[in-house]
Amino acid sequence: MSALLAELAVPFTYDYMWKAMWVSALVGAVCAFLSCYLMLKGWSLMGDALGHSIVPGVAGAYIIGVPFAAGAFFAGILAALGMAFVKQHSRLREDATIGLVFTTLFALGLLMASLHPTSVSIQTIVLGNILAIADEDALQVVIIAGISFAVLLFIWKDLMVTFFDETYARGIGLKTRTLKLVFFTLLSACTVAALQTVGACLVIALVVTPGATAYLLTDRFNRLLVIAVAIGTVTSFAGAYLSFFLNGATGGIIVTLQTLIFLAAFYFAPKHGVLAARRKARVARDRALAEQQAESKSSTVPEAA
Amino acid sequence: MMNRLDTVTRDKAIARPASIAVNDLTVTYPNGFTAVRDASFELGPGSICALVGVNGSGKSTVFKAIMGFVTPTAGQVRLCGLPVEKAISQNIVAYVPQSEDVDWNFPVLVEDVVMMGRYGHMNFLRMPSKKDRRKVDEALERVNMSAYRKRQIGELSGGQKKRVFLARALAQEGRIILLDEPFTGIDVTTETAIIGLLRDLREAGHLMLVSTHNLGSVPDFCDQVVLLNRTVLASGPTASTFTQENLERTFGGVLRNFELGGHALHEDDDARRINVITDDERPLVFYGVKTRKRKKATKQDAGQ
Repeated sequence: MSALLAELAVPFTYDYMWKAMWVSALVGAVCAFLSCYLMLKGWSLMGDALGHSIVPGVAGAYIIGVPFAAGAFFAGILAALGMAFVKQHSRLREDATIGLVFTTLFALGLLMASLHPTSVSIQTIVLGNILAIADEDALQVVIIAGISFAVLLFIWKDLMVTFFDETYARGIGLKTRTLKLVFFTLLSACTVAALQTVGACLVIALVVTPGATAYLLTDRFNRLLVIAVAIGTVTSFAGAYLSFFLNGATGGIIVTLQTLIFLAAFYFAPKHGVLAARRKARVARDRALAEQQAESKSSTVPEAA
Repeated sequence: MMNRLDTVTRDKAIARPASIAVNDLTVTYPNGFTAVRDASFELGPGSICALVGVNGSGKSTVFKAIMGFVTPTAGQVRLCGLPVEKAISQNIVAYVPQSEDVDWNFPVLVEDVVMMGRYGHMNFLRMPSKKDRRKVDEALERVNMSAYRKRQIGELSGGQKKRVFLARALAQEGRIILLDEPFTGIDVTTETAIIGLLRDLREAGHLMLVSTHNLGSVPDFCDQVVLLNRTVLASGPTASTFTQENLERTFGGVLRNFELGGHALHEDDDARRINVITDDERPLVFYGVKTRKRKKATKQDAGQ
């Protein structure tokens, strides 16, 4: 028994594991925070587009040796400008525009990485590699995620009113345009951070799944935030921890854990789950049947009279 | 301490009675479309005013100008004597939106929505104080929605949603209340309840501007009207302004106008005639076949 416990405690004896677990947890928390807004607005795929678009920036930053966040920022702006340009000069719909621009940038990133295999690893970018993250990269992630989280704590209510009823929000004097701009800046920043923990392909999961899961469990926005952030934090921490034993990609494990929790909520959520819906349908059907029977009994009486 | 603060705010309210002054308002949108030209009207405290006009007559543009959502190309709007931006930041204006603009699946409860009305009174962290909670309770009580305070907003009926938005405006304590088509898609009971509440607010000195195409109910509860068709055609007390002639000018060919009188209506020589005026909806008219003197015209309001 004690041997097993000792075995389980092994990850905590390594500095790099501590770092990986705490950085993952922080990124998971702030991405989960953002997911609550993103999935309510139907903007979920924007997280995916962002995650892929910044890949060439990150690859370029590693090649020329500048902070990866700077490269990602540059690529993010390029993506936004590219989408605006294509939209303005063609009659393509928005989803086609987004799809076109982000795959182009992603392909460019992969190409750059494959041409410089010594300075950039494709695997790191696509799958993330938090276990082997360099100290200065970890610092960038912590700064980005920390600031984002702090900003969100200050403006979460204003964002909630803005996303719920924008006209009213403006009517009580909120600067809704600024708030939305801040939101997208934070989203881009956190996508960059998440790239390091789960990789470009799975960023989307971090900014969708926790919010979607929490949405099935509550009707109150403050609880939605708490549940989502708890899911994001715990799964990211546990994912990094488990990847020590499973020898698998951290991102894959984190997202698998989040999906398992989502599935549990999907079926067992007390009000919005599949089983609850079936129960409700059954009760309604029974009641309708009972009413029908009562009606047919009572309706025979006046007809006879 | 609490009491003293209350008196201070009350004094301020007395110092600035509710008023809307729209002077030569012209709004041209970036695409070159002029929605409203040279519109002027003035309203004072303790009044319910109907803003009447066909779709596209500029009703929503006037609302947007009053809320500061569009910048006037020419002219100006002043609320309680203040420029719009200042009035908004002082929570003078409360807005009751049309139901379509809101995401009903949003995870907020009824009481959370009403609490949003208090945000303008809170500090930047939006931490509700005891007073804020009390105001929310009172507002819910006034619209008779206390029993539903823990419901998710999407679970309510159309009329209940409207009442929640009204409660939010009450909690905001704006002296000017803008209501955008408040009677669309609600039942008669709710309509009566809302009108009763608006009358109470008028007694308390509030100024309400109601955009509506429910012409039939305008004389019932509005003491002022503003008739709009890309500019203000007429404005003033309902009795002298809400006339058949003005309405025909406002609605042009869009209005359905039925005139019944003489032997079509009754057998004696009564010279009075009945006019049924309605806008885009078709009136439902029952012909009293058996009792020829009874004739009823009911306007049917299409839901959404």
